[in-house]
Amino acid sequence: MLLRARGVSKVYHMGEVEVHALRSVDLDLRESEMIVLLGASGSGKSTLLNIIGGLDRPTSGTVAYEDVDLTELDDGGLTEYRREHIGFVFQFYNLIPSLTARENVSLVTEIARDPMPAEEALDMVGLSDRLDHFPAQMSGGEQQRVAIARAVAKRPRLLLCDEPTGALDVETGKLVLSVLQEVNDTTRTSTAIITHNAAIAGMGDRVVRMSSGEIAEEHVNEHRVSIDEIAW
Amino acid sequence: MRAIDRKLLREVWRLKGQLFSIAMVVATGIMSVVTMRGGYDSLEAAQEAYYAETRFADVWVSVKRAPEKLAAEIAGLPGVAEVDTRVTALARLDLPDRAAPGMGRFVSLPGGRRPRLNDIRLLRGRPLAPAARDEVLASEKFAAARGLQPGDSVRAVLNGRLRTLEIVGIANSPEHSYSVPPGSLYPDDERYGVFWMNRDALGSVYDLDGAFNELVLKVVPGHDAEAVIDDVDRMLDAWGGQGAYPRADQLSHQVLQSELDQNRVMSTAIPVVFLAVAAFLLHLVLGRMISTQRTEIAVLKAFGYRTREVAAHYLAFATVAVAAGGLMGAVGGAWLGDAYIELYGDYFSFPDLDFTLRPTLLVIAAAVSGVAAVVGALGAVRAAARLPPAEAMRPEPPPTFEPGPLERTGIGRMLPSAGRMILRNIERQPVRAGLSALGVAFSVAILVLGLFMYDAVLYMMDLQFRVIQREDLTLTFQEPVSRSVRHDLSRIEGVTLVEVWRSVPARLRAAHREREVGLQGLAPGSRLRRVVGQEGREHPIPSQGLVLSSILADQLEVSPGDTVRVEVLVGERRSDWVPISGVVDDLMGVGATTSGPVLDLLVGGERAVSGAYLSVLPSGRASVEARLDDMPVVATVASPQTMLDSFEEQLGDSLYVGVGFLLGFAGVISVGIIYNGARIALSERGRELASLRVMGFRKREVSVLLLGEQALVTATAIPLGWLLGWALAFLVIASLESETYRIPLVVSPRTYLIAAGATVVAAVASGWIVRRRVNRLDLIAVLKTRE
Repeated sequence: MLLRARGVSKVYHMGEVEVHALRSVDLDLRESEMIVLLGASGSGKSTLLNIIGGLDRPTSGTVAYEDVDLTELDDGGLTEYRREHIGFVFQFYNLIPSLTARENVSLVTEIARDPMPAEEALDMVGLSDRLDHFPAQMSGGEQQRVAIARAVAKRPRLLLCDEPTGALDVETGKLVLSVLQEVNDTTRTSTAIITHNAAIAGMGDRVVRMSSGEIAEEHVNEHRVSIDEIAW
Repeated sequence: MRAIDRKLLREVWRLKGQLFSIAMVVATGIMSVVTMRGGYDSLEAAQEAYYAETRFADVWVSVKRAPEKLAAEIAGLPGVAEVDTRVTALARLDLPDRAAPGMGRFVSLPGGRRPRLNDIRLLRGRPLAPAARDEVLASEKFAAARGLQPGDSVRAVLNGRLRTLEIVGIANSPEHSYSVPPGSLYPDDERYGVFWMNRDALGSVYDLDGAFNELVLKVVPGHDAEAVIDDVDRMLDAWGGQGAYPRADQLSHQVLQSELDQNRVMSTAIPVVFLAVAAFLLHLVLGRMISTQRTEIAVLKAFGYRTREVAAHYLAFATVAVAAGGLMGAVGGAWLGDAYIELYGDYFSFPDLDFTLRPTLLVIAAAVSGVAAVVGALGAVRAAARLPPAEAMRPEPPPTFEPGPLERTGIGRMLPSAGRMILRNIERQPVRAGLSALGVAFSVAILVLGLFMYDAVLYMMDLQFRVIQREDLTLTFQEPVSRSVRHDLSRIEGVTLVEVWRSVPARLRAAHREREVGLQGLAPGSRLRRVVGQEGREHPIPSQGLVLSSILADQLEVSPGDTVRVEVLVGERRSDWVPISGVVDDLMGVGATTSGPVLDLLVGGERAVSGAYLSVLPSGRASVEARLDDMPVVATVASPQTMLDSFEEQLGDSLYVGVGFLLGFAGVISVGIIYNGARIALSERGRELASLRVMGFRKREVSVLLLGEQALVTATAIPLGWLLGWALAFLVIASLESETYRIPLVVSPRTYLIAAGATVVAAVASGWIVRRRVNRLDLIAVLKTRE
C-alpha cells in the first residue's frame, strides 16, 4: 500500500458558516495503479487531492504515506514530501513561460535525486521535436504534455492530475489521457486523475465517485477501457 | 462615497507598502527642496539684510602706512561712492590655557561715530567709550567658545607689549561671519577671535597716529570695480599698497557665497533625481496594476464609465502617493530646515538668521511633484483608458520569451534553468531592468559622492598638516627682522630645529598677464616646510628661480623654463626677470616659492625674515611658548597640530550627521526600486512560483528565483554607481575649484565599500520584506485558476 487515508475530514470556516468539504473519507492508493476520482464541482475531490498531495492538512483523520503520517509533517516536511515523491499535473499546465520545454523539465530534474534526462521524459510524451520551444510557441495539448513530462521526469511514486483535460478540446484531451496511460504502463507510477468527466472513468483500474464530501461509490474496472473508445 | 472611490481606498490600502515606498522617495525629494532651497533663501536674505545694515564694502586694500588725508583723495576717484580707513593688526592672545597659542585680529572703530563702511552689530554689552584705551568688543564666536561676557577681560600682545583689555561688549560683522585664523581654512573659535578697539588706542600702539593701514570703499553702483581697483593700487603704490581686492575675494564672503552656490545647485539636482525615480516607480506599479485589472476596467467601461473617469481613477493612485509624499516632505523639510540653518549658524554668525519658508517654494514643490505623478502615471493610465471593453475582458496574451543576446553569447549553457529564468526575465524587459539598475546606481553614486567629500578633505588635511607643514609652531614677526633671530630662537630650551622664512607681496607679469601673490622664500633644503604636489611628490626648493602653483602658472600662461617679471611691492619695489624652475600641482592657495637668499636678492636691501618654523620637543612646548611671549618681535604663534585637531573634531561631528543623511537618501531610493521591483515580479510571476512550490521547490529556492532578478540588478548597479559617483565627484571638483583650494579626486576603497555595502543591505532588507510574501503564496489556488 502506497498511501492510506483514514477518517479524513476537512472543515472550512467561511465567516460564520462551516463548510464540510470532506466527511470522514477512507481511501487507499496502491502501487502502480491508476485511480480516477470522479465527482461534480463541490464534491470534495479537489480537497482530497490537496490533502493527499501535501498541500493541505485535514481537520481530522490520518493520511499515511508508507510509514509516514502526513498530518504530522510541518510545512518544510510537506515540501520535501512533494519534492521527493509527488508529481503534479495542473489543469492550466502552469509551465514557466520563460523556459523552453526542455528547460521546464530540467528545472525539476535539477532538484531531484534520481531523475531521468529531460529529453527522455519529453520523448515519452512524444515531444522530442519540440525540445527548444517556449510555452507561447506550443498548443495547449503540447503544453500539457510538457507538464506531464515535467511531473514524471523526477520518477515520483505518485502522479496527481487535477482535471488534466479541463482546458482542452476532446481530441487533444484524449491524446493527453493516452500519454498518461502510457506513462502509467511504462513507469508503473501510481496515478490519480481527478475529473468531473464521467467518460474518463473507464480508463482507471479503479473509480471512486465522490459526492458532498463523501465517497459515494467505489468500483474496480475488470478491464481498462482503451482511450480510443472514450468520447465526451 | 461613490463605489469607485471605495475601490480606490481599498486598493490603496492593499498597495500600501508600494505606495508608501514611492511616497518616501517623493518625500525625500521634496524635503531636500524645502530644506536646501529654503535654507538658501534664508541665508541669502540674512546676508542681504546684514550687508545693507552694516554698509559692507566692495573693495579692500592693505597698506603699510598711509596718511589719513589720502582717504579724501581716494574718495574723489571716479566710481568711488564712499571710503573709510582703519587700523588692523594681528596679535597674539595670552589665553589662560597654554595648550596652544591663540590669535586675535584687532580692527579699529572710529571714536565717536559709526564707521562709514563695514559697521558692526553690537549684540550685548555697550559700545566702546569714545576715549577708552583698554576697551574692546569681542567677536561673538570667540566669546561663546570661551564663555566670555561683557566685563571679562582678555590679554593680548599688541606690538610686543602685553596688554589687558576689558571686554565691554560682544559684537559681530559680516567681514567675520565666517572667521578663520590666518593660514588656516577652518574656524578655530577657541583660539581665534576678532576684537574691535578705538582707532586712537590701536593707532598709537602700532604707531599709526593720523595714518591708516587698511582702506575699504564702496563703488558707485554700475561702475566697474576693477577700474577703481587699478586707480586705488596706483595711488597707494607709494605707501606700500599690497593690492586692492574686490568683495568676491573677501574670505568670509567668498566662503558663504560658495556655500550658497552649492546649495542652489544641489537643491535643484537632488530633487530632480528623486522625482525621476518616483515617476519611474509609479510607472512600474501602476502599469502592473492596470494589467492585472483589465477585467475590472472592462466591466467599468461596459457599465458606462467614461474613459475620462477610468483614467482619473488610476491617476488618483499616483496622486495619493505623491500628495502623501509631498506633505511628508514639506513638513519634514520645514522641520529639518530649522536644524539646517542652525548648523549654518555654527559656521556663519549672522544676526537674524531664521529658517523662513516662502509660500511660493511650497507651491513650486507641489507643482513639481504633481508633474512627477502625472509623468509617472501617464503611460499606464493611457493604456487603461485605451482598452476597449471587449478586449479587456479577455486575459492578457501569454508573454513570449526568447533567449536574449546575453544568453546567446554562451553564458546560457553554463547556467542552470533557474539562472536562465532570471536572465530571460531581465532580457525580456531590458528598459525596465536598465532603469532599475540606473536608479540603484544613483543611490550608490550619491553615497560615493558624499563620502568622497570626506576622503578628499581628509587627504588635503593629511597632505597639508603631515606632509607640507611639519613644524610644531609657526611664528610671524611684527615686521621683517634680521636673520640672526634664528640663533635667538634656537637657543630656547626645547626648540630642536628652526627654519626662517620670508614672505613679500609681489606682482608677477608674463607678457600682458599679471597677478599679485605672496612670494615666499623658504630655507634652502627646508625640512619643516616643503613644496609638495597633490600626488604627494616633493619639489625641491629652487636655488634660483621660482616654483609656481599650477593655477598661477595657468593664469600667467607660463611653464618651467619661461621667465616672469617679478615686481616686489615693498621696500625699494625692485623688479627683475626670474626663471620658472618648476610648477607644482598643489591643493591650497595661489603661490610662488623660492629660496630665502633668492628672495632677499629680489627685495634688495638687508636680508630679512618674516617668520620662523619651529620644531619643539613635546615636553618643552609650554616653556617655549612662555619664552616666545616675552619676545616682542613675535607677532603670532600658531600650531598646525591644534588646527588639525580642531578641524578633525568638527569634521567628526559633521561626518556622522552627513553620512546619516546620505545613507537615508540612498536607502530610500534603493529600497524604493528594489522593493517595488520584487513586488511587481511577485505579482507577475506569483502563479509560476506557486506551482514550483507545489512541485516541491523549497521556499528558499523560490525566493532565489524571484529575488535573483533584483540581485542581478543590484550587482550591475554597484559598479555602475561607483563609476557614476566618480564622474559626479569629478564634476563637483571642476565646479568648486577656486583659488583658495582645489579638491583632489581621491576616492578611498572604504568609500566604495560603504556605498556598495549600504546598497546591498537595502537590497537584502527589501528582499526580506518581499520574501515573507513568497512564504504566503496560495498553493491551492494555482491548481484551479487561470490568472
